[in-house]
Amino acid sequence: MEALIAIAVGVLLASATYLLLSRNLLRLILGLVLIGNAANLTIFAGGRLVGSTPPLLGGSDAGVMANALPQALILTAIVISFALIAFTMGLIYRAQATLETVDTDGMRLAEPPNEPPAVPGTEIAEPAAAPASRPAPRPRRTAAGAAE
Amino acid sequence: MTDSMTIAAPILIPLIAAALCAVFWRSASVQRAISLASSVLLLAAAVWLLRTVTTQGIIASNMGGWQAPFGITMVADTFSAVMVVITAVMGMAVAIYSVAYPDTAAREAAGYHPLFQGMIFGVTGAFMTGDLFNLYVWFEVMLITSFGLLVLGGRRDAIDGGVKYVALNLVATTVFLIAIGLLYGVAGTLNMADLSGKLALVENQGLVTVIGLLFLLAFGMKGAVFPLFFWLPASYHTAPMPIAAIFAALLTKVGVYAIIRAFTLIFTGDVGFFSNAIALIAAATMITGVLGAAAHYDIRRILSFHIISQIGYMLMGLAIYTPLAVAGAILYIVHHIVVKANLFLIAGAIRQAGGSFQLKKLGGLYHTRPLLGVLFLIPALSLAGIPPFSGFWGKLLVIDASLQAEHYALAGIALAVGLLTLYSMIKIWLEAFWKPVPEEGSAYGGAVPVTLSRLRFAVMLTPIVGLAAMTMTIGIWTEPFVALAGDAAAQLLDPRAYIAAVMGAPR
Repeated sequence: MEALIAIAVGVLLASATYLLLSRNLLRLILGLVLIGNAANLTIFAGGRLVGSTPPLLGGSDAGVMANALPQALILTAIVISFALIAFTMGLIYRAQATLETVDTDGMRLAEPPNEPPAVPGTEIAEPAAAPASRPAPRPRRTAAGAAE
Repeated sequence: MTDSMTIAAPILIPLIAAALCAVFWRSASVQRAISLASSVLLLAAAVWLLRTVTTQGIIASNMGGWQAPFGITMVADTFSAVMVVITAVMGMAVAIYSVAYPDTAAREAAGYHPLFQGMIFGVTGAFMTGDLFNLYVWFEVMLITSFGLLVLGGRRDAIDGGVKYVALNLVATTVFLIAIGLLYGVAGTLNMADLSGKLALVENQGLVTVIGLLFLLAFGMKGAVFPLFFWLPASYHTAPMPIAAIFAALLTKVGVYAIIRAFTLIFTGDVGFFSNAIALIAAATMITGVLGAAAHYDIRRILSFHIISQIGYMLMGLAIYTPLAVAGAILYIVHHIVVKANLFLIAGAIRQAGGSFQLKKLGGLYHTRPLLGVLFLIPALSLAGIPPFSGFWGKLLVIDASLQAEHYALAGIALAVGLLTLYSMIKIWLEAFWKPVPEEGSAYGGAVPVTLSRLRFAVMLTPIVGLAAMTMTIGIWTEPFVALAGDAAAQLLDPRAYIAAVMGAPR
């Protein structure tokens, strides 16, 4: 059982890493969800999967009882990651609304002006890499904008 | 007051303030009053905590009466107490400053005060927890509030910076959570004091070292060390200056605090290996930070990169791992928090007085605002490590310790980086204060100063003057601060008292 969970964690982490490296923010969210679940499963396996009997006083012997602590930890982690993911989704919705792109290579407003993007030409998203995003407009750089 | 009360007060005060601020959502003036009152109360509670810890030794309190290591323990040793005091000071300085900073009303309507108090709540909690999973929870409290603060106004560049900040920090905390899961699997406990003894009993020490490195990775990302710092210069400069100042002062330092705590208390089995790793990271962090700063002409970016380079000095103290070096690191953290927050506050004032953050557009401020120029020089020279300011003593202790421990390369790098820091600070001084105002109509002309009433500008300068005075005090009346840092370092390097306070019959 531990081996199965270990493999599951490995697969989740690998998929999460792949998604996190994507330039599309929606994939990034999915990556965050997956990596959070990988963490939860790690804690679960760390607590040893010995039994499924509820750990109640006066119940059966300790050898077959489930370990309650990892479950408490995971429950906390799930609640927290739920809130954070919700916030991130809100933020990305807002980013799409104000910056009109969800492609991270197009998001260069916070970078110094007059500096070329890391890869020339990536300001307009390539359809193959980021199918969900619209072509990113060149960020406006007026004198007033640069002053801020 | 009982120990439990003494420990709980600095955590509960900002929490209650945050809740009250949320209740009075519609009334900005009430929220502002609550925020200011809370910061005064927090400072009092923090000073009381430090007094208790220095007179009685380390105090611990088990939340809900569950005995350690089964319950969550809050612990305050000298290091924690010092960090809580400095947090309270920063909270107060920024609370005053933000009253006068432009666009206060818009920020307050979006929930500035509840988020701000919530962040202070998370930071003080992180400084005092004795449980790793609980530390994770405090990190998340701190994170979610800082996310909110960063994107508060919804400005385009803030959203852009915010996305990067959020993504990288979420990955960092998840790595932290994975490391917690593995550590629990190995040791069966997450109480830091309990772990300290139990990890030595683990058969496979290689596994412990790997888990230790995962923690270093997670905390290093929080602390913006090389090569994990990219979120910091991408986001800090997009926040309004009061928010950038409190971020610069506290958030990365929580990461550094966690590194110091973890590698003096928990992962002490393989000190040689971790010291080498941290020494390498420290050197690379110092160099990249200061070179990054040298390349920029936006004051906020220069200061952001200097946060990174200064983190290197703190880690350098930990890497050397002698009492003198760790004391130096602690003094350096305190000095850095005061100075760096002050520089960000001054950058805000420069923006108001000169009309821009871009050095090329600024000029002539020494003529129009001579007091601001003097106030800038104090933290700027302190950051570079010029005597008699606080930075000199922090650098002196760390470099002296590295020479004694024969880490000559580290000492050389630290000195060279100090010189380059001076270069950046002189650049700001020359460009913003010394050179004439760029002509109207030229490429960089036409920055319009913000017209602030004299009173408002005076309110903005109040915390700047206060923090500059603190820098001077630490610089000139150094003895008690060094002694306090020495006490804290001794407690860190000999954790028996800490373990006894947590595990043995807590009061």
